[in-house]
Amino acid sequence: MIELHNVAYSYGGGELFNDISLKLAPGSFHFLTGPSGVGKSTFLKLCYMELAATSGQVRVFGADASQMTRDDIARNRRRIGVVHQDCKFLDHLPLAANVALPLTVAGRDASAEAANLTELLNWVGLSQHTDALPPQLSGGERQRAALARAVIMSPDVILADEPTGNVDWEMSQRLLSLLVELNRMGKTIMVATHDLALIRAAKAQVGARVLRIQNQSVQLAGADL
Amino acid sequence: MNQAIVALRALFVGDVHADRVVPPTGYTAWLTLFVSGAMAFLAVFSLALSLATGRLADRWSSELARSSTLRISAPSGQMAAQTQAALEVLRTTPGVASARALDEAEQRALLEPWFGPDLPVDSLPIPQLIEVIEDSDGFDAEGLRQRLAGEAPGAVLDDHTRWRTPLVKAADRLRLLGVISIILIAATTAAMITLAANAALAANLQVIRVLRLVGARDVYIARAFVRRFTLRALVGAGVGTVLAMIAVAILPDAQAAGGFLTGLGFQGVHWLLPLLIPPLAAIVSFWATRTAALRTLGGMT
Repeated sequence: MIELHNVAYSYGGGELFNDISLKLAPGSFHFLTGPSGVGKSTFLKLCYMELAATSGQVRVFGADASQMTRDDIARNRRRIGVVHQDCKFLDHLPLAANVALPLTVAGRDASAEAANLTELLNWVGLSQHTDALPPQLSGGERQRAALARAVIMSPDVILADEPTGNVDWEMSQRLLSLLVELNRMGKTIMVATHDLALIRAAKAQVGARVLRIQNQSVQLAGADL
Repeated sequence: MNQAIVALRALFVGDVHADRVVPPTGYTAWLTLFVSGAMAFLAVFSLALSLATGRLADRWSSELARSSTLRISAPSGQMAAQTQAALEVLRTTPGVASARALDEAEQRALLEPWFGPDLPVDSLPIPQLIEVIEDSDGFDAEGLRQRLAGEAPGAVLDDHTRWRTPLVKAADRLRLLGVISIILIAATTAAMITLAANAALAANLQVIRVLRLVGARDVYIARAFVRRFTLRALVGAGVGTVLAMIAVAILPDAQAAGGFLTGLGFQGVHWLLPLLIPPLAAIVSFWATRTAALRTLGGMT
């Protein structure tokens, strides 16, 4: 799905990653952890091509990201669902239209998939809020809406950046079970989080691997978690 | 060709969903409409000015070709001899294409507007007129006057071309100014639409980021902006053009006032020319917004 070969990333302030090699196999469930500011979000951005590696190669669905045109990137993003830490929506459109947005921009007829949309909103527990505008939603509702938007295209990969950052424990459990369910449907999942309790809870449900960002590199954490 | 039709259709019919992804923009929409309307209004007047001065220059230029007149005032006995002598001088003057003495009927026709049809021309000592047509090089008026003074002392050369030439030059210059004004108006429209589009793009950066994140292609995002600005420019320029054409149509007609004054209006098929302004404004706006949108998008990932 997504492969990194000797990837380095540096910005004005210095080097963030150095020589990372990693392969996200289809159907795998990964956690990405590490202290805040260590580069979890940046790592995910490399994966969904918002940032380009300074050196090395990022391959997404078998193609070299640095060789892709902007339109290629757009098309590949339709196969990657992203849940952001601070979920951004189109604030002037109701929730249902926001969740269906990936369909709309892909040129697919959202009304033809209305049944899917209803089912999806039920699944994330937002069927009562289809006409609400995003600013009217609570943090947890926004996180779930973002997850619904990330999966409506039935993507192969779901990347979630601190999806439980703004919600209480109970809600984070619900979000986690949604992600686990998606993984069981065969989706490749990567969740960046610093919440170790969440990771422990997940390990009880699914064979998740934990990646830790340390010393500008990504290492597979031991079974001690 | 088919693709162009599809693109045009998409532009005018639009995609309801694509339109909704960018929030409505309130007052910038009105500003764009106003700017395109005002610019179209000015463009119509510049066009009218160019066409009117063009007509003026053409008329004066065409009169240049047969513009000199030789007037011979002599006692009736010498008239024929002096006319012959003057014609001979003219025939041998370099720069004179042809010279012809007006016959009695022509002279009477010239005088008729002033004295009426019953003027007994025969009994009056009216001067003999000789029409002189210059070739493209023109002749040396001063030299001709001196030679005529010797051969036909009653001849007076009236070369009105000499004061018409600067007028034609002025009219040509005015036409050029009109054309430059139209170009400047188009460029100003492009600049203002670009500023408005950039403002709209900047105000919608979050929208654009979200659209990119969920897999929207650049053209999809750009189209939502381009369509709006193009339609606004088209409508605004349409209204401005119609108002300006009405204003030009009700200008008082200067045609009757003088031989070489011409009304600052459109004549005949020229009335169709201002109708090109709204589509041109739309094209300028399309291009300006598209460039601005793709530039903004190019800076994002």
